[in-house]
Amino acid sequence: MRAWLLDESPASRRQAAAGRAYRVTLDLLHNPLTVLGGLIILALILTAMFAPWIAPESPVGQNLSNRLLPPSADHWMGTDELGRDIFSRVVYGARITLLIVALVAVIAAPVGLIVGAVSGYFGGWADRVLMGITDIFLSMPKLILALAFAAALGPGIENAIIAIAITTWPPYARIARAETLTLRNSEFIAATRLLGASHTRLIASHILPLCSSSMIIRVTLDMAGIILTAAGLGFLGLGAQPPLPEWGAMISRGRSFILDQWWVATMPGFAIIVVSLGFCFLGDGLRDVLDPKSARKS
Amino acid sequence: MITERNGQRMTVAAPVYAVARFVLVVGVTFLGLLALTFFIGRVVPIDPVLAVVGDRATDAQYEAARIAMGLDRPLIVQFADYVTDVLRGDLGMSVSTNRPVAEDLARVFPATLEMATLGILIGVSLGVPAGVLAAAHQGRWIDQVIRVFALLGYSVPAFWLGLVGLAIFYAGLGWVSGPGRVAIFYEGLVPTVTGLLVIDSIIARDWDVLRSALSHLVLPATILGVFSLAYIARMTRSFMLDQLSQEYVTTARVKGVPEWRVIWVHAFGAIRVPLITVIGLSYAGLLEGSVMIETVFSWPGIGNYLTTALFNADMNAVLGATLVIGAVFIIINKVSDVLYTLLDPRSR
Repeated sequence: MRAWLLDESPASRRQAAAGRAYRVTLDLLHNPLTVLGGLIILALILTAMFAPWIAPESPVGQNLSNRLLPPSADHWMGTDELGRDIFSRVVYGARITLLIVALVAVIAAPVGLIVGAVSGYFGGWADRVLMGITDIFLSMPKLILALAFAAALGPGIENAIIAIAITTWPPYARIARAETLTLRNSEFIAATRLLGASHTRLIASHILPLCSSSMIIRVTLDMAGIILTAAGLGFLGLGAQPPLPEWGAMISRGRSFILDQWWVATMPGFAIIVVSLGFCFLGDGLRDVLDPKSARKS
Repeated sequence: MITERNGQRMTVAAPVYAVARFVLVVGVTFLGLLALTFFIGRVVPIDPVLAVVGDRATDAQYEAARIAMGLDRPLIVQFADYVTDVLRGDLGMSVSTNRPVAEDLARVFPATLEMATLGILIGVSLGVPAGVLAAAHQGRWIDQVIRVFALLGYSVPAFWLGLVGLAIFYAGLGWVSGPGRVAIFYEGLVPTVTGLLVIDSIIARDWDVLRSALSHLVLPATILGVFSLAYIARMTRSFMLDQLSQEYVTTARVKGVPEWRVIWVHAFGAIRVPLITVIGLSYAGLLEGSVMIETVFSWPGIGNYLTTALFNADMNAVLGATLVIGAVFIIINKVSDVLYTLLDPRSR
């Protein structure tokens, strides 16, 4: 099996693809920080999937006789001002975080990809206009822009996701454009064009797939920033609304108790840090393996 | 002869051309910023009129407000009016403070500037040596420690670190003062000259106020500094690694130049120019990062003003603050670009 995967002259496309995936995995496993990052993200996904089985209590059920209990064997992370178990809320919060991160990636990455690919492929006026818009977005402070959008759209988790996505796509457009420029004049594109492929087909099935690896790296590296922005919006009351157990909003609730009941605000913060670090580690590792050119640059 | 004349003309025209280009780029970007804030203020809200008159207004009141706000005119005319107003320094009235937004912003901006400046000083003085150290010991434990620390800077929420800092250093250890800019009984004691309280109190020679101001400033500024530190250290390390793999470094080593001199004089000398861009970018980033920190520390700066306005649905104030932070951000960005081209002989 190993020999088949590492064969230098694969007999089929399937073997080549499997072999490449295997080599990438081997390289990834080589770096302990990358493995740690991968495990953290895996744990996040599993926690989100199996939240009802992992959390000992309901994330929204109140029990006023258990208000503000410090961490103990019964309540690993203590309880909040409404007597809710903080550990259970953090566990359910994984779902919200994963939802935000996934939706932002699903909205922003394709938008950036298409803008960048169209811009690089056609060049000329299309390029100038699209890149002009991208540059304007790039030179804005992201967090402030997200705040202003979220404020105008009104508080809520959907609007927070839209606001973050609006501020996240420009770097993707830049990357996709740079990749497209290097591909545009290559011979295989010219060959496909001679075969009569349309512009749409060329971009969609020949250029976009080749941009994907640098996109994956960049999106993974951006995840930490997206999580922090989402938590920041939640903290300011512009993101997920109570009683949803969003981590940023939970920290915000704990703000009034920070001096005496430190655990209410502190515990959800640890969850944010661990998950963001996980994405950073994984992103760094992916870049080292998939994009050796820039590996040294960090 | 012709080429020579052309060459001469080029050297005279180049700076003029560069300045014109700079003004054009900044102008277009600024117009883009205005378009964005306009869009956010007038187009995105479901109904901006309803936001002003409230949902109990009669149809006549609603229509009157709509006309008073100029919303019955075409969008492009509204935008042109908006741009003229902003260029005249009119950002509208704040609903919550009942004063012109521009006046409010001028009052709160120095507080943010003070905090961000101390923050960047901390970030540079720790981040640059850390990055150089990491590059000089690439792959060793010290490099790993600095790498993990830098990644932590990307993963810790600023507002959370602020709260934890308050709990530990203010409530727990009592080393620093709590939220606010200065103890309440010192407020307004020193005359405002620069708006930067630390400098104002030095001018007034009021050392008690200075001590109180510094002890309020040190924690939020350090936390801001930690975030710029992470980015600066990471970039310094990568610039240094680029240089240390160059042949002139090997030559210097072979000649017997001491290692500290190779690193700090030869290699570091070559990265000063790109570092300026990085520092400029992180300074701009700190102005943005101060929004969260100011909210946590009740620091009376532009970030706190922005978030207070958010809670009061005071869109004029929100957009005004966004505009000012955006404009400062753009200017710092572009100026550090220009500095880069001016200082780097290769890009001339």
